[in-house]
Amino acid sequence: MTKKIRILIAKPGLDGHDRGAKYVARALKDAGYEVIYTGIRQTPEAIVRTAIQEDVDFIGLSLLSGAHNELFPKVVKLLKDQEVDDIVVFGGGIIPESDISFLKENGIQAIFTSGTPIKDIINFIQSCK
Amino acid sequence: MAIDKRFLKKLRDWEATILKSVTDHFPERETKFTTGSWIEAERVALPESGDFERYLEKSGMPGEYPFTRGVQPNMYRGRLWTMRQYAGFGTAEESNERYKYLLAQGQTGLSIAFDLPTQIGYDSDHPAAEGEVGKVGVAIDTLQDMEILFDNIPFDQVSTSMTINAPAAILLAMYIAVAEKQGIARAKLNGTLQNDILKEYIARGTYIFPPKPSLKLTTDIFEYCSREVPRFNSISISGYHIREAGATAVQEIAFTLANGIEYVKAALEAGLPLDSYADRLSFFFSAHNDLLEEVAKFRAARRIWAKLMKRKFHASHPKAMMLRFHTQTAGSTLTAQQPDNNIVRVTIQTLAAVLGGTQSLHTNSRDEALNLPTEDSVRIALRTQQIVAHESGVTQTVDPLGGSYYIENLTDKIEVEVWKYLDKIEALGGMVQAIEQGYVQKEIQSSAYRYQQEIETGRRIVVGVNKFTIAESSLVNSQPVNPQLGKIQTAKLFKIKQQRDNVRVAAALKKLRQTTKEPNMNLMPDILTAVKEYASLGEICNVLRDEFGEYHESVIL
Repeated sequence: MTKKIRILIAKPGLDGHDRGAKYVARALKDAGYEVIYTGIRQTPEAIVRTAIQEDVDFIGLSLLSGAHNELFPKVVKLLKDQEVDDIVVFGGGIIPESDISFLKENGIQAIFTSGTPIKDIINFIQSCK
Repeated sequence: MAIDKRFLKKLRDWEATILKSVTDHFPERETKFTTGSWIEAERVALPESGDFERYLEKSGMPGEYPFTRGVQPNMYRGRLWTMRQYAGFGTAEESNERYKYLLAQGQTGLSIAFDLPTQIGYDSDHPAAEGEVGKVGVAIDTLQDMEILFDNIPFDQVSTSMTINAPAAILLAMYIAVAEKQGIARAKLNGTLQNDILKEYIARGTYIFPPKPSLKLTTDIFEYCSREVPRFNSISISGYHIREAGATAVQEIAFTLANGIEYVKAALEAGLPLDSYADRLSFFFSAHNDLLEEVAKFRAARRIWAKLMKRKFHASHPKAMMLRFHTQTAGSTLTAQQPDNNIVRVTIQTLAAVLGGTQSLHTNSRDEALNLPTEDSVRIALRTQQIVAHESGVTQTVDPLGGSYYIENLTDKIEVEVWKYLDKIEALGGMVQAIEQGYVQKEIQSSAYRYQQEIETGRRIVVGVNKFTIAESSLVNSQPVNPQLGKIQTAKLFKIKQQRDNVRVAAALKKLRQTTKEPNMNLMPDILTAVKEYASLGEICNVLRDEFGEYHESVIL
């Protein structure tokens, strides 16, 4: 039997809007993945530490405060610093269209904004296998 | 028209007493209110017959217990609601410009949005503030920022609402200090402090300290305001964020009123007489899309709070039983797809708030699911309120939907469901226990999940999202926030720390630390002294963190 895919859903920064993160975490769990949710107000360092400890395959970052251009790439950079290259990072939240290409250039593999059906996220995860 | 003589007598008595006490001081906006066909609009329409006792018990007259029909006897015929757009971003200078713009556009009150570091008690130079400075609101580090924020804004003519919770005492102190520098006495200040920490643990997330010391800060503010800033609403007990986290209308009211009960209990334990602060308690709710349920929700909330204050806490003054509230249209209903459709959603929600009898209103901008709202979008949002106020005609009569079979039925049903929750929370030992056990959070999450599942399966239609979709490119006019803001704000803070008298700052912080060890001492005077010396928000919060400890969320999924 193959190992179940493990996903960390994380809330970097100071933003308390966790409705989306909790929904995605629960919906992915219902879809059969192993999901860990960090809770709000996590530093990028703490997120990367948890991801490594928990041996996850994916990190899903959720942020609605507008700090994504700073904090999402920082998570990717910290993973690189630790020489972790097998964790896929994706993100979601209130992300203006104009920031998406910047985030993708900086190692965030996919961005799911408001209104995205959960099956799009599942399809993305399956496509990365 | 033959109106039952008991109703008629009630109307005349009410006109001669409750109504007169208001209109004697504040004449109505018009001498005669008419519809579009010049039919005279009744001030308040009553049943022509029916069960009089039951009417009094369920509805009463507006401005009269149980306030189902509204807190003022003539509602918007006297004065329209306060149009109050929540705004703030970037530096104090930029936000000050936006406030002046909004006032020039006919807005009648200010509502200050602070950035997350400010809300969580970090200065702009704190590592945790990285990327967050000036993003969701204005960055305030010291009194200097507050002086800039309110530059050339007439304190005695506007009321100011401040969305600040964990560090509410510090921002209130800064507000008082700036006003006094402008020569305005603190007793003349009008406004509202959110100061509602319990919902932060449930939904909003900007807590700093654990519940017990947080409630001590809350009641210190109650006590200080009742003595020194008597026209300020010392709290805005907020259901908005609970609703935005996914609660139903029933849960929004139930959990908000349960928080209200907890604050009153805390104040009683601190020895504050109910009548010294109860009329300064205010509320804040969401207006969602389900128009008629929302109207019923507001009516039920007023009735339940009045009953609670009268029966549970034995309030004697009617003002202490009135649920006065601010409303914001529901941000979570806005879609990133076809964003102009959001203008229509906001219009429906505006009607819900107004038909529900709100005292003030923020209307969301169409582009909020995409980015920080542009000036154009904010103006349309404000115009939406102005159109409802001046063109729709709904302001001509009090509680226009009162007496509708459906609305009255729904009001009753919501009330029943809310009491069930209130009983359950009491059985758990009160709201602090219910939050610590995760009960409240679980209830909200399960509603949020159900709602989203309904959208996923198409059972719930969201126009432009899961039905009537089009291929579209996104709106381009986004409002940029200067990426250098963190650096600018940090440099400003560095400079003020060099310019101020650091010996006096240290002394003020030391004094504050000593006072925190005396549970019966109010912390407000020492906080005011510290802010006047330009002690930073972070420095003051650090003293409190040392003494009170910090709260950490227990993750519930």
